[in-house]
Amino acid sequence: MPAPIRLRELIRTIRTARTQAEEREMIQKECAAIRSSFREEDNTYRCRNVAKLLYMHMLGYPAHFGQLECLKLIASQKFTDKRIGYLGAMLLLDERQDVHLLMTNCIKNDLNHSTQYVQGLALCTLGCMGSSEMCRDLAGEVEKLLKTSNSYLRKKAALCAVHVIRKVPELMEMFLPATKNLLSEKNHGVLHTSVVLLTEMCERSPDMLAHFRKLVPQLVRILKNLIMSGYSPEHDVSGISDPFLQVRILRLLRILGKSDDDSSEAMNDILAQVATNTETSKNVGNAILYETVLTIMDIKSESGLRVLAINILGRFLLNNDKNIRYVALTSLLKTVQTDHNAVQRHRSTIVDCLKDLDVSIKRRAMELSFALVNGNNIRGMMKELLYFLDSCDPEFKADCASGVFLAAEKYAPSKRWHIDTIMRVLTTAGSYVRDDSVPNLIQLITNSVEMHAYTVQRLYKALLDDISQQPLVQVASWCIGEYGDLLVSGQCEEEEPIQVTEDEVLDVLEGLLVSNLSAAVTRGYSLTAIMKLSTRFSGVNRIKKVVSIYGSSIDVELQQRAVEYNALFKKYDHMRPALLERMPIMEKSASNGPTEIVQTNGETEPSVVDSKHPPPVSQPANQANDLLDLLGGNDVVPVIQTTVPTKPASAGGELLDLLGDLSLTIPPMTAYNKNGLKIDFTFERANPNPNVAVITIHASNSTEADMTDFVFQAAVPKTFQLQLLSPSSNVVPALNQGTVTQVIRVLNPQKQQLRMRIKLTYTLKGSPVQDLAEVNNFPPQSWQ
Amino acid sequence: MMRFLLLFSRQGKLRLQKWFTPMSEREKKKIIRDMTTMVLARQPRSCNFLHWKDLKVIYKRYASLYFCLAIENQENELIALEVIHRYVELLDKYFGNVCELDIIFNFEKAYFILDEFLIGGEIQETSKQMVNRSIEASDMLQEVRCAGTHSHTQHETWLASVV
Repeated sequence: MPAPIRLRELIRTIRTARTQAEEREMIQKECAAIRSSFREEDNTYRCRNVAKLLYMHMLGYPAHFGQLECLKLIASQKFTDKRIGYLGAMLLLDERQDVHLLMTNCIKNDLNHSTQYVQGLALCTLGCMGSSEMCRDLAGEVEKLLKTSNSYLRKKAALCAVHVIRKVPELMEMFLPATKNLLSEKNHGVLHTSVVLLTEMCERSPDMLAHFRKLVPQLVRILKNLIMSGYSPEHDVSGISDPFLQVRILRLLRILGKSDDDSSEAMNDILAQVATNTETSKNVGNAILYETVLTIMDIKSESGLRVLAINILGRFLLNNDKNIRYVALTSLLKTVQTDHNAVQRHRSTIVDCLKDLDVSIKRRAMELSFALVNGNNIRGMMKELLYFLDSCDPEFKADCASGVFLAAEKYAPSKRWHIDTIMRVLTTAGSYVRDDSVPNLIQLITNSVEMHAYTVQRLYKALLDDISQQPLVQVASWCIGEYGDLLVSGQCEEEEPIQVTEDEVLDVLEGLLVSNLSAAVTRGYSLTAIMKLSTRFSGVNRIKKVVSIYGSSIDVELQQRAVEYNALFKKYDHMRPALLERMPIMEKSASNGPTEIVQTNGETEPSVVDSKHPPPVSQPANQANDLLDLLGGNDVVPVIQTTVPTKPASAGGELLDLLGDLSLTIPPMTAYNKNGLKIDFTFERANPNPNVAVITIHASNSTEADMTDFVFQAAVPKTFQLQLLSPSSNVVPALNQGTVTQVIRVLNPQKQQLRMRIKLTYTLKGSPVQDLAEVNNFPPQSWQ
Repeated sequence: MMRFLLLFSRQGKLRLQKWFTPMSEREKKKIIRDMTTMVLARQPRSCNFLHWKDLKVIYKRYASLYFCLAIENQENELIALEVIHRYVELLDKYFGNVCELDIIFNFEKAYFILDEFLIGGEIQETSKQMVNRSIEASDMLQEVRCAGTHSHTQHETWLASVV
């Protein structure tokens, strides 16, 4: 059998392959040769074969059949074998492999080998990838080596101990004695790894942390020597002595000084010294400064030191090196909450970073800018942020838009400014704003009563320019529907009013309906807006036509709306004005979410503010419409009938509380008694809200025939809110054989006298009956 | 601690992989794919830091090789850059003006050097000279051991031929 080809030969051959297929073929051939060589238990060339296998493994090919061979190499006496064997183990034999534990004995033997380089191999392998079991078995050996005077082994043993502690934290105690004089070493390798070991122990155990606090003076001394000592060729990096060790010591000091006044004080001087003396022309100096700043900010440093730290970060921001700027922004973001004023001083530099070319820096600068916005700088900051929004990459736009809205809401100096800002965001990043911005914005606009004309004008102009950005289009169509009358009458005070005719407005809205760019939701907004204009514009015929066309739209939502609006024209025209009148001011709920209870005029517009919840079906709206007309239009709020009270907690959550207390201290009453139909009211108080009265109606029928299709409706004055739950049945059985019950909840925050108008419809012996009544005889306890 | 170190060419070919936490082959392959895609997509003058999952990825290009080091979130990115640079210096000293081909043909030596510099995701030796001396001594040990089993005149060729 010829000798297996050498590693470098194989590498050269494989690199000549021109295609993936060719390479695979070569690899397979060589793997086959290697496999048979392994089978022959060839000791001489095992090392060469495993090395080749490792190369092929790096190319991405499977190499698991070499695992046992690695073990054999480790067990060999030849140093070359061991070297390759341990390398193979680290690459192929991690703790997930079954044969991993078989290494334990070999490693144990090698830890006690006479040659330090063999011991080193074993320590390195154990420290890189030893499993928990292996660590448990060999911890004692590691601990022994931690106490040796051989610095080559001691430093490796220290890192091995770190690994053992990470894998088996309970073993931490056993390494404690060995740490006694670790810091008195002169050898930097041992010092560095010792500091790492101490750091690991302090991070994991508060007891250890307390125990090691006494090392602070020693650490300070070592650090001082590093800074003050002259040039040391062994550890010099660009004029700085052992920056790796300095950084590690600073980090340990941070952990030791945190929440401890004495330790913090002991390190104050050295931190100031490092901060002022470190050379900043190269990255390595800045790395040390960076670590120093992090330490100063974390411990209980005096304020002068903190200001020094923030100023260092400020200087970092002006550094040409991108990495330094990035790191500065990240650190400032961490400290902006605690040292807000100090960070504010660097605001203009931070804002300049918004114009940086680097994506990571821009993002950090954006986050930091938002954190710095306050009532004093809102105008200036917003200008910069809006400019950023204009020009930034799409990945930033959503977050930036949200941030702008939040900041504007908190600090807007005037309503007009607020609306202008929103307009700007909608027109520049309109497609990126989040879904819930639309209802929030509509609410904001509604509540800025004096700005309605201005807002609708601006939105109209924006629509003329661009109808592709859906959130903008939705808000605009809603506003035009609501305030279209102001638009055509040219009433704007804030800016030059534009001349718009009713037809032009309808052109725009109809354009939205047919445009490919409009989403289904947008079309819904648009149709409803057109409908609303029927009470605000003089010419109704065009609107009637549009509505009737969409009655046969394929889109179910549009069709439903159109059909209902059509019905409004045809059968309920007398209530159209009241139905479509101006929205009242909306109450804002505490949360950002769309869960407000909105007092609507019975329209299906709750979908605007409550887009996440299924809008109440417009059926009850139609029923409510009757009542509105009966009750004289403006001063009554109709019922929002829900079939199931499953809406999550909201501002009006009390109304949904099913756990009403049964305090039957309120006497029942008869609300209606006519033509055989009797309606009684019984009362409860809903806990916990004493403002809510829960009324249960009991309808009974004393005639000989059943009353079918029984519908009970109620309306209350505007200061109340009313909710009707579903009835037990629609049939009131004849001859008092049973009752239909239904629950009404009345919210009466102003504790006014309760009065109600009710409407009853039913069919008796084939003919429909309808009646209205006023209920004024509520017992005082029901509303007091 | 450092979580992994990857070296790959501008075409995305892997030249060295060092993992400091146990991971399945599949996970490793995925990470390698992710890293190469992310790093190779970066603009030439961007900053050297990336965020990936809960780690910070520090990368630097030296000639035709990308060095990609992943560290935990509380680690110092700037010093990580120095770690990469130190490793490159060590390779350079050992191979004499190191280039990608050196690492391709002598990958096992690149690993040996790395193992004298880092253990378990931490630095074990901060002195360049110490690391170099250890490597040289270990290399000598290979030779000496070999010389014990073969005739003295053959030992140099043996060293070359053994792997």
